[in-house]
Amino acid sequence: MATSAATITPGKMPEVKPVDGFLALALVAVLAVCVRAIWFTPVDAMLGAAQKIFYVHVPTAIMGLYVACGLLAVSSIGYLWIKDERLDRLAEASAEVGLLFMGIVLATGPVWARTSWGTWWVWEARITSTLFLWLLVLGYLVLRGAVESPENRARLSAVMGSLAALLVPFIHLTVKLFRGMHPGPVVLKPEKPSLPPEMLATFLMALAAFALLFFALLRVRFRWATLRDARAALEAA
Amino acid sequence: MSEPVSRAGRTVTAGHRAPAFVADALRIAGKDLRIEFRTRSAFLAATVFAVLAVVIFRFTWDPTAIPAFDLAPGVLWVIFTFSGLLGLNRSFGLELSDRAYDGLLASQVSRESIFVGKVLANLVFVSGVQALTLPAVALFFDLHVGAAWGVLIGIVLCASLGLAAVGTLFAAIASNTRLAELLLPMMTLPFFVPLVIPAAQTSAVILRGQPLEDAMPWFKLLLAFDLVFVTACIVVFPYTIEE
Repeated sequence: MATSAATITPGKMPEVKPVDGFLALALVAVLAVCVRAIWFTPVDAMLGAAQKIFYVHVPTAIMGLYVACGLLAVSSIGYLWIKDERLDRLAEASAEVGLLFMGIVLATGPVWARTSWGTWWVWEARITSTLFLWLLVLGYLVLRGAVESPENRARLSAVMGSLAALLVPFIHLTVKLFRGMHPGPVVLKPEKPSLPPEMLATFLMALAAFALLFFALLRVRFRWATLRDARAALEAA
Repeated sequence: MSEPVSRAGRTVTAGHRAPAFVADALRIAGKDLRIEFRTRSAFLAATVFAVLAVVIFRFTWDPTAIPAFDLAPGVLWVIFTFSGLLGLNRSFGLELSDRAYDGLLASQVSRESIFVGKVLANLVFVSGVQALTLPAVALFFDLHVGAAWGVLIGIVLCASLGLAAVGTLFAAIASNTRLAELLLPMMTLPFFVPLVIPAAQTSAVILRGQPLEDAMPWFKLLLAFDLVFVTACIVVFPYTIEE
């Protein structure tokens, strides 16, 4: 059993509060950024109001794809190395919050694509990679749910998490090569326009707000996992 | 177990000596293949599934709309992937009855040898199914491979090695879970993406009769995948075992 005695000590247990202050702050920040993006940021002359989706789409993509998947990979490899159960909880939390953020990316992307490219879905390299990554993380979470013993769950999911870290560059290379070899009526992504100062300010605020939300959710999820493991350890004792 | 003589001089710590490692792996592969040869249950199921799938695909295809050499590579690799999964499920499933796996782990054979042996057995299994499916696809889709049969078989073997290595590792993981065979496709299919797409693209180049240089980027990707994932799977396999 990997659950150490330290977890059961009441002093080490996370405090349970009805309202999590950090999460509340993050939600207010996200709401404020949405208000600013909708009413206090100019509408893009070329792309119209649909461009405002980017204030949600890009920050969630950065947090979901890079930060969450990076954390999942590092904590999985770390777990196999030092067998610290906190790393397992971190992997679990980043996978779940990452799945949510990637879900937002995959949901907001088609809305923008419909208005700008005229189609809901394009098999473009980055979109396809995101979809595969989302499915991969989903598979990872299903695996976690299918193993009873906490020690087995941590070990087996860490194996999958470490291999997934190796897989991501391969998926990206494959879909890039696939698209590169199929020239044709592909609607190309427009060159990233240099943002005017107001838009850049909104974007940076959105990035900060979603980063805050990401870490707040990660913290909530991590604490929940700690409590769950502590309860399991108490029940087993 | 056969060949007790070759094991006589080994010590417990010699698990990683190359000749013993290979001999153990071959012995494990031989054991699995012998079981499969005597029962023939999974092989028969996978082959019948593959041929049925070819026939069903044939009826969904309009030859006037899509030329055979454009459709066939996709059909081929979808069938190879799913028929392969049928065999992979069995790989650790047969060790679970009567706790045969515990006996295997308690023996002097190193964890890595067990894994390599299982991969070899699965590779032979998958290749056997492919050896029967490939002519069936060529026949039903009226494909003219010509002189490129050798190259096509090489590509198929290359992709099958990666498929067997990753599939065997996840079969070991899945055998420890409640969902077992239901979970295997969910975990493995994203990992098969960088195998199946390059393999299908390379096969398409061959079937269209294009120069082989067109397939080189895909072939390099396939080789890189094999190299990285066969090594990685051997390294992480011991972690799938409960000590």
